[in-house]
Order: sequence, then structure tokens, then C-alpha cells
Amino acid sequence: MGEFKVHRVRFFDYMPSGIRALAFNRGTERLAVARDQGSVELFNFPDNYCQEKVIPGRDGRSVEALCWVGSRLFSVGLDGLITEYDLDNLRPKYTVEAYGGPVWSISCNLEGNLLAVGCEDGTVKIFEVLDDRIQFQRNLDRQKGRIISVSWHPSGTKIAAGMMDMIRIFDAETGHAIHRLLVERGVGTAKNREVVVWSLAYLSDNTIISADSAGKVQIWDGLTGTLIRSHYITKWDVLALSVAHDESSLIAGTSEGTVVQFQFLSSGEQQDKEWIRTRTFKNHTHDVRALVLTDIAVVSGGMDTQLVVRPLLDKVEKNTAESALRKIVFPFKSLVSCAKKAGLLLFQFPDHLEVWRLGESEGYGKPGECLLIKRKPEKLIHLKRKGEDHICSSALSPCGSWLAYSTTSSVRLYRLQHSGNNISISKVSKLPKFLCSAHQLCFSPDSTKLFASSTQSSVIVISLGQSECKYVHTLATKSGSRQPVHLLAPSEDGKWLATANTDCEVHVYNLNKLKLHCTVPVYGSCPTAIAIHPMTSNLVIVHADKQVFEFSLGQKEYTEWSRKLQKQGLHPHWLERDTPISHIFFNPKNSNHIIMHDVYMLCVIDQSLPFPDPKTRLYNQMSLRGLPEAERVRHSHAFKICKSFQDVLSVISLEDQSLVIVERPLLDIMSQLPAPVLQKKFAT
Amino acid sequence: MAALYEGYTLCGLVPAQNLTSSGVHGIKSERDDDHVLVTDSARSVTLYKVSDQKPLCSWTVKQGRSLTCPVVYNSITKEYVAVSDNKVIQIWKEDDISLDKAFKATLSSDVWQVHSTQGAEPVVLFQRGAVRFLDSILAAPQQTVEDVLAHEEDLSTHLVADSQHCVIFTTEQKGDHFLYLQRLNPNSLQKYRLEREELGLCPLSFSVALREKHICLLYLCKILPCVQTLTLPRTLLLSLSVGEGHLEAASALILDEAHVAVVGVPHPSAGLWRFSNKLFIPHGKSLSVIRYECPKSCLAIAVGKMRQARIEECKGPSSVPSWSNVLHGEKVEPPRTADARKTTHDIFCILQTEPVEKVQQEVGAFISSSNTTDLQLVAGRLASALVSRSLADLTFYTGGLLSQLVQSRNLCYSICPDLLLLALEKRDYFLCQLCLQFFPDIPEAITCACLKAFISMTDSDANILNLDPASVSFMDMLITKDNAQDGSQNGCSYTSVKNDSLEIMDGAVPKENTQTPLEETCPVSLNKAVLLNEILQASYSENCLLPHLKDLSSQHVFLQYLQFLYLKYSQDAFPQRKELRSPTLNQVMDWVCMVLDTHFTVLVMTPEAKGLLFKLHTFVKSQVKLFSELGKIGSSLQEINKMKAKKEIGQYSIEIIELY
Repeated sequence: MGEFKVHRVRFFDYMPSGIRALAFNRGTERLAVARDQGSVELFNFPDNYCQEKVIPGRDGRSVEALCWVGSRLFSVGLDGLITEYDLDNLRPKYTVEAYGGPVWSISCNLEGNLLAVGCEDGTVKIFEVLDDRIQFQRNLDRQKGRIISVSWHPSGTKIAAGMMDMIRIFDAETGHAIHRLLVERGVGTAKNREVVVWSLAYLSDNTIISADSAGKVQIWDGLTGTLIRSHYITKWDVLALSVAHDESSLIAGTSEGTVVQFQFLSSGEQQDKEWIRTRTFKNHTHDVRALVLTDIAVVSGGMDTQLVVRPLLDKVEKNTAESALRKIVFPFKSLVSCAKKAGLLLFQFPDHLEVWRLGESEGYGKPGECLLIKRKPEKLIHLKRKGEDHICSSALSPCGSWLAYSTTSSVRLYRLQHSGNNISISKVSKLPKFLCSAHQLCFSPDSTKLFASSTQSSVIVISLGQSECKYVHTLATKSGSRQPVHLLAPSEDGKWLATANTDCEVHVYNLNKLKLHCTVPVYGSCPTAIAIHPMTSNLVIVHADKQVFEFSLGQKEYTEWSRKLQKQGLHPHWLERDTPISHIFFNPKNSNHIIMHDVYMLCVIDQSLPFPDPKTRLYNQMSLRGLPEAERVRHSHAFKICKSFQDVLSVISLEDQSLVIVERPLLDIMSQLPAPVLQKKFAT
Repeated sequence: MAALYEGYTLCGLVPAQNLTSSGVHGIKSERDDDHVLVTDSARSVTLYKVSDQKPLCSWTVKQGRSLTCPVVYNSITKEYVAVSDNKVIQIWKEDDISLDKAFKATLSSDVWQVHSTQGAEPVVLFQRGAVRFLDSILAAPQQTVEDVLAHEEDLSTHLVADSQHCVIFTTEQKGDHFLYLQRLNPNSLQKYRLEREELGLCPLSFSVALREKHICLLYLCKILPCVQTLTLPRTLLLSLSVGEGHLEAASALILDEAHVAVVGVPHPSAGLWRFSNKLFIPHGKSLSVIRYECPKSCLAIAVGKMRQARIEECKGPSSVPSWSNVLHGEKVEPPRTADARKTTHDIFCILQTEPVEKVQQEVGAFISSSNTTDLQLVAGRLASALVSRSLADLTFYTGGLLSQLVQSRNLCYSICPDLLLLALEKRDYFLCQLCLQFFPDIPEAITCACLKAFISMTDSDANILNLDPASVSFMDMLITKDNAQDGSQNGCSYTSVKNDSLEIMDGAVPKENTQTPLEETCPVSLNKAVLLNEILQASYSENCLLPHLKDLSSQHVFLQYLQFLYLKYSQDAFPQRKELRSPTLNQVMDWVCMVLDTHFTVLVMTPEAKGLLFKLHTFVKSQVKLFSELGKIGSSLQEINKMKAKKEIGQYSIEIIELY
């Protein structure tokens, strides 16, 4: 059907950051993930675990713990600050100094009006949650030694605090300590080291669960302050705890990468229930730093940077897409952009950008062969960002002469000048003052315009000229959505611009008239990739639930092909794929071909071919390869899926019709992680 | 004494018309010690990889021509050099398929041999004694070559001392032997006359070795072989007693300072070659390779102080059959005491004359008292004497002594060919079993005779036999395995086990008849099966065995037994225990094939064999199907291998992919 020349790029040293904290909002079913760099990500669990939003980090900001209060998200960090996030504009809303040194933990009471934070100086501070801010209320009795973990009793009358070597129980009303629970240190040489109570859970029946650095999960009676049961689950630290909402089950994460489940069961004939260790999950190679036990799944994250969602098989239907283990490794937002005409690649890191020139090959080859490389790829520019905010978006113009990046506080535009093999970079000094921050940046195909996604789903259009860069217009809708636009797709002819926001709205603007052309009917899943066909001007949209739509911009309606596809339904194996389609483009050699990819496959959808029957195989490339040419036609269907490339970050087509596939093998990421804790593998 | 390991056959030989010639013209080493070039006496030369026992290439000269000397390998140019029809030198490379197109050069005089050493230019020895480098002769092939030898003086042997440019050859002129030493760089020729032995003594074989700049020449004479060095007066090194018959052809070879290999009667061959630590001996219709090891000799051993240790050393590779006994040899060893010799002599006297009881007592005592080395030397003679007396005197038979001797592992079939036949005749099946176990060289005819005797043995005869317990217990386990299974489960109490076994004994007969299919029960009795197992494990060559197997009469019984074994083996992961002597599945299948091959027409007509044949047929069909399926996926599997090899992907590559 088609041959492609592929630049297989593996020199993008993208390194995800370790997961530090997790917080799950039961109401909205959003998971907040804080990483070591200080960035916070939001995942929409009902919508295929789609990564909706990323709040970029900032140098010096650390997030030690996260806490949802209603739909408001708070974090504390070792910088001593309490931060509330603006989830619409993807930036911290405000910060409050706790004045207690580094803050280790944060916990909200059941009513959602009080926050307790545990500080380095030994105080537990209570903050009142107001509508637009938080206000310091008082300190509980100050203790000697830092407060590592805090947990409210559901009644809101008591607070448990984990410290070094002990747990304190406070009366939330008076602020006095009621009980002191001494936690035993480890044996042997660990005897001389203080034991750290890393995590606590205060249950409604006054049971306190603690996880400590001596490898124990302990069950305490909060009323009498006595130890009920001690489970020694690892030789190393138990770092995280999470209790199910109905308090029937809890999970503990260890430095060995294991997650151990305990269940509150009655053993034998006895009526009394007790906490019994039941299951052990091992999905991590390194420390499990944060855990969430949702109603149906164990969600864990840690040093090895992967977010793992492990459904509990007694809570979900077996052998369905729902019961599959998910590992989320790569960000959903593309970190690679490409100058199609110049053959340049831009790699985005939190603190710098890299521009590379692709290599060149010599001669021709048969399918499956590697070509001789005449010129090796070359790193042209290493651009360090200015300021402390991490880069959240970047773009390279198709001609390769413009480069833009944005942080939460600024947008910077650079002009690249090529002279032979030399390249010079100069900053464009005067940018329109409208352009102060952008969630997403994109150049028009002819490199004359820059589109920047701004607040309230608006898009700012800037025209680029040799002498100056002018503000042209702000494209806005009347839908009233406050969500940022996360996808921008200009058409090849420069007439259209399609945008998509996290409210699942897709708008198309006419760039000649600078006004809204149409709005695609809202579909219930977040769009993960959009593109406009260069010939037919059809807009292709793929959503987080893998549904594919084609919308005719001329007719302002779904195309015949799209209706047929919806009528027949997509192949079940297609719908089961667990990573989102992150990019769509079109085959310049064949206008029937829509090309899209996710992390583990590259797919060419041939619109001229019939859709796959749900009973036949979706992945049929191998069997087609074995068939003679004439037979193939009979067996082939519209979805041509190539799985030769794995851990794909980005697929881009160049102007010379070759593809650039940027892979980041997981093994390469793993090899850059620090060594995991020492484990004896054999009885030696 | 050097340790000889079990030999193996490198290739079969086609013997020449005259029996003294072995069919091998010569063997030369190729690129390394593991590759040899075997030039046969006909027209072809074959390159073998010795360790694989596999021919790599073969070349043949045209019909009507013949190779007149062994083909050599020129390690410098990596070419082969052959001489055909005495005068034509042919040179080719390994990848040349045909000799017709090879380089040819016709010389002016006849060539005797070409010699090549590693890393040196080959030299050509002409029949009239001249020596030339190969390259110089090829530069002008028609150059005249001088005559070195006198009239009526004929070249007899050609020897080369390795690693020096010198060629040694011997000549004969009217009963006188001369030795020529030709140095090549600088060119010099020395002629020695070998001192004449007593009349009629002529050297049979020469071997030469370089020992600290001295050339040591060993030559083997009829009746009295001896060694002569060129620098010292010659010394008689050892004399070997040959027994009856003449030493028509023999070869001797120096292995190292302390060891000499000798081969001769009863092998009708004169060839003996050595490359690294392997001996190459044309043996009957095949070329055998025998690996050897020369233990370092030391003074202490010679003096006898370390005798104890030495015995153990010898015991080390206990499976080593001693080929030295081929010549019924006895070394004249200076340290041997007069007492020992006397005892040996006495024993032989007792053997010849005394009655059975006395012989058993005395000889038994002698065997158990003498140490391994001594026994090694006399075991062959003892066995021969015992057997020949038994044959002559029908009342005399000492089965116990013979089995003791066989078990000492100092005998092989060739040393005492009548032993096994005697055992068969006397129905001493235990001795037969031992012979089958310990003799590596039983001819196929005899193996077949044993097989016939075993099969025709009545069950009652078989049941009273006393056989090797290890193999009996294996068979016992195999036969009773199914029945005993219920009781041998873990966790069963003793009483239940007992009950079960009782039940089985009670219900054995009806069970066999009704429930258990025929092939589940062993078709022969236990002891018979044990003996048949020994046959299955005996070594044989298919070509030689088949004709003898043809006149086996009760094939279907044997075949049934073989099928029983096969079924047992293929059933539920049968535990083939290493420690118990038992035939392998391959051996069983090979015999099944052979029996079917030889008796197919008869078996087809035999009603008893019908079901069996049918089963085997379906089995073979299923196997064929399996193999064809395997063949089909074979190429796919190879593809997978290729794919795996390609897996290495660097930081950047430009590839072509195709979607269908």
C-alpha cells in the first residue's frame, strides 16, 4: 500500500520526573499528581484516564503533599508555602507562608472548612478555608521534632500527627495532645536511627493506621492509645498509605516498589473484624511515594516516574478494558515540534530547549532496511530558559526560522537565521503585551502567524514580520468556557484554525475573516488530537475514548465517512488501546490516508477501504505481508497499524514526505534512574 | 603406559585388492590438528573434521588416473597439492569443486612423495632420491632432476623430522638398508647404512622424532623390533611377543620420550598416523581414531615408590579399553621382580594341567592379588589360556574366573575372540552379559548370535539366571511400574500399600487378559528382557549387522519387546535413570527400524505382527506429519532468529517501512 522513509530518532533525552504526591477527588473523579520538579498534573479518570491539565513547575517549588478541598486543589512543600492552584489558567492562584519551616503534610477535615498542615518546627497549624483564600486559625500544641504526617478523624474532633519515633493525637478543639503512641524502632543497626512515621490514617472507628520507616504498618487503638497489631511488610520504608472510602481496605507502598493491601475482615468464626494482609502488587521498580485507593483500583506512583492504575479484580469485570493494568509514562502533550521544511526538531525540556538538524541518508532501500546515513543528526541550539518558571509550551515554525516558548509568566520568541551550516539566534524584543502567557503555541503553515492559546479558551493571533511582530486579533467564543485551549490546528492553506479545549469543545475559526466559523457538536470525551485535511478541508478529531470523527468545514456537518464509521462502530481492539492518539496528519502522497499515532503504534487509516469487521483481526499487517499482492486487497481494511515503533513520543511528517518518529525507549529512562533499594534476589 | 580412549570411526574404507594395504594411502593434517586429509588408495582424497567425524569436502581424480602419494596441504598458500600418476602435480583450493580444472604441472621424473609442514614451503621427494622445494620445481617443471640413489637402490620409506628443513628417507639395496638425511637449507646430503641385523630381519616400519637436536629413529623389525639413534649405538628398546603367525605388516610411532605406539597383527594394516593427541589407524573396513594421553613419567614411578598412586592414576579413566593388549603384549620392564615373573609362569603351568577346582582357586587368588598394571599385561593371555583349555577339554569350564577377568576391564573381544562364543556354548548368560557390557568390539555376527540365543531361550531357563542386578532392577521397575503405581503414592499408609500389592497379585491374570491392552505387558520374561537390553546397547554398524539379522527367526517377539520398550519410554515422562544401565530411546528405535528393514516381507505375512505393524505405521505417519509441520515452520523460526539479530537500534537511523 505504501512505503515510508522514517527517521527513527532516539536522541531526545526526555526524562520524566518522579511522582511525589497523589490526591484523588471522589466528586469529580480527578486525580492530581505532583512530581519532584513541582509540576502538578490532573487526570480525568472517567474519560480514559486522560491527562487533562498540567500546571508547570517552578525552580525551588516543591510539592510534598496535595489535598483536594471540594474542587479546589492545595499543595504544601518544603519551601514552607501552602499553594492553591488556578485550575482554569493552570498556574498557582496564591501562596500562603505557613511560618513553620518546611511543610511536610496537609490534611483537610471531612467538612472541608479546615486544613491541618504539619511543619518542620513541630507544630500542626490549622487554616480556615475561605471562598477565595485560606486564613491561619491557630497552632496545636507544639511538639519536639517535625510533624511528618497528619490525619483528621472523620468527626473533625481529633487529629493524629506522625512524628519521629511517635504518633501524637490532638484534640482539635483545645489543641492539646491527648495521646502519645511510641513507635518501635527497627532492629539491629536501625535501632540507633529514629523511626519516621511517614503516613497516617485516622479511621472513623478510632483506629489509627501508621506506616513507618522501619517497614511496619501498625494498627493502633486511638481511644486507648495502644498498639493492636503490627505488620512487618518490608525491610525498608513504608512510605505511603491510602484507605478506601468505606474503610474496608487499605494499601501501603514500600521502598521496594511493592504495594501491600490490607482488608478489614473477620477471620474464622470470630465476629470481630481485623486488618488482614491480603494482596501484594509489584508494579514499580523504585520507591512507591504516593498511593490512592479508589473504589475500583490501586493508583500508585513513585521514583520510577510511572503512574500505575491497577484495577482490583474483585471490583471490576474481569478481562475487559476496565480490568487492564495501565501504566502512564509519557505526558499527553507533545514535547517535540518540527520544522517540516527545514528538517529541524525542537525538543522541550522543563529548563531548556534543544534544536536538532535531522541527518540525511544516501541511496534507496527495500522495506525493512536501514539506509546508509550520509550526514548524522546534529544539535544546533541549546537554549536555556529565562526565569524560574518551567517551560510549558514551545513551537518551531515550519520554515525553521522562528522559535517560541512560553512559561506561566512569559512568552519568548526567537528568530533563527541560517547561513550555510551556521545558525544564529536572536530574541525578538518587542512582543505585543497581550502575549504574556500561553498554554499552547503554534505557527501557521506559512510561518507568518503565531497562535497562542490564552485565558478563557481564547486564541491570540500574532503576525510575524521581519521588522516587527504585531498583535492581530483575539479569537474567542461565546460558549463561556473557562478552560484553556490545549489543541491548535491551522489548515495548510491558512484559511482555518481549529481549536479544542478541555471542556471538549471544538471550534473552527475563519482566519481570513478572523471570526468563528463553526462549532463541532460537543462529544463527551476530551479531544486528544485534531487536524484539518489539506485537500478536502475536513476536520479530523480523535477523542480520549479513541472515537474518530470527520467534520466537513464546508458543509458544517459530519462527513459521510464519519457517519458510516459511527454506524458500524470502531473495532473493539481499537477502543481498548490505553494510550491516547496524540497526533494526526495526512499522507501527502495519498489524500485518502489519515495518519495517527499513540505511544505504541502508528496507524494509517485509508478512507477508501472498508472498516474492519469487529470479528476479524485489527492488527493484520503481519498476515497481509505473507499474502500475495492480489490476495491482500481482499483482506485489507481501513486501519493499517504498524507496531514496529514503541514508546513513541511523536510522529511528524516532513515536507519531503518522510516521517520523523521520536522514540524514547523505557529502558533508556530506567537506566537513568538511581539504583533501587538493595534487594536480595536469591538466598545468598 | 599411555592411556588409550575409546576409539571411534572416522570413515569407512574400501580395501585395495592386496590385503596388506589398508585402503588408506596417507593421512595429512590440514589447517589444524582437527582437520585431516585422507588420501585413499583409489582416486580420491577427503577432508575430514575429526572431532565431528564428518567429511567436509572430497575430490577425485579422473578415471584411469590415480593418486600416487598422499595429498598434502600447503598452509602458506592454503592450497592442496596432489601427485597423480607419479608425474603430474595438481594444485587447488578448498572451494574448487572439481580437480579437472585444477592447476596441473607435469614433471620430468617420478615423484615419491610431497611433504608439507606448517608454515613452510612443501618439498618434493623424487623417486630417485632428489629433493626440491615445490615452488622451485613448479617454476620449471621440466627441469632435469639428478639421480641420487644408486642402481637397484629403491626408496622404501620417507620420513620427515618436523620443524626442520630436513628430509629423511630410507632405501633398500639387496637387503641392505640405507638412511639418507637431506638438509635443505643449506643443501647437504648424508648417507648412513643401517647395521645389518641377523639374516632375514628387515625393518617393517620407521618412525623418527627430534629430541634435543638429536634425531631419534625408531624402526620395527620382524621378530625383533628395535630402536636405533643416529648418534648413539643403537639399542634394543623392547621386544614384543607376537604369538603365532607372522608379523606381516606393522607400524610403530614415537609418541613422546617415553611412549611408542605399535600396531600390527592381527590388524592387517601397516598404517599408523598421529596428529596432536590422536592416533589414526585403518582398522578393518574403517579408519579409527583413538585419542590417547601420555602421562608424564617420573623417576619415582620407575623406582616403584609411587606405585600406589600410579594405580589410582591408571584407574582414572576406567572406561578406557587398553588397545595395547591387542598384541598380547608384555613389556620387558627392568624394575619387575623375579618373583612376580615366576608367579605368572607358575600360574600358566597350573592353568594347563591342574583340575578345575585347583585352577579356580589359584588363578582366582592370582587375579585378586595382582595389581592392575600387572593384570593388564597378563589378562589377555590368562583368558586365552582358560578359553583354549575349555574348548579342548569339555569338562573344564571356569565361568567365575572368566567373568572376573572380564569385569577387570582388561579384555576386549579381539584379545580373546573365543571367549564370548564359549560363554554362549556353555549357556553362561551372565558371562555373555558381562562381555556385551565390557567389550566394545564384538563383531555384529556374534552380537546377532547372542540375540538369537537369548530369544530362543525358554522362560524357565531364563528365570533361574543370575544377572547383573543393576540392569535387572531397571527392567523390574519398568515392568512393574504401572502395577505398583497405586501403592507408591506419597502419604499412603503401609497397610494400604500392602493391600494394594496383594490385590494386584490376586488379580494379575484377569487384568492382563481383559483390561490391560496387549502391549502394556512385557512380552518376554524379566531376565530375557535384561539380556535383550544388553544387545540393544551393544555397539554395531548397521551395514554389518543387517545381513546377520536377516536370519533371525522369531522377529515378531523381539519386535513386540521393542515396541513395549518404546511405549514405556514414551509414556508419562518415564524416569530414565542415569545410574541404571538401560538402553536409550534412540537405541530402541534404531533396532525397531533394523528389524523392520530386514524382515518386512515376513512380518507382513505374520498375523501376530499385523497389529504391531499397523501401530508402527500410524506412528510413523504421525511422525512424518509432525516433521513436515516442523519443516514448514522451520523457515519462519529462522526468520525470527534473523529478526532478533537485527534488534540493535542506535540513537538514530533512517529506515524504510511498508504498510500493506
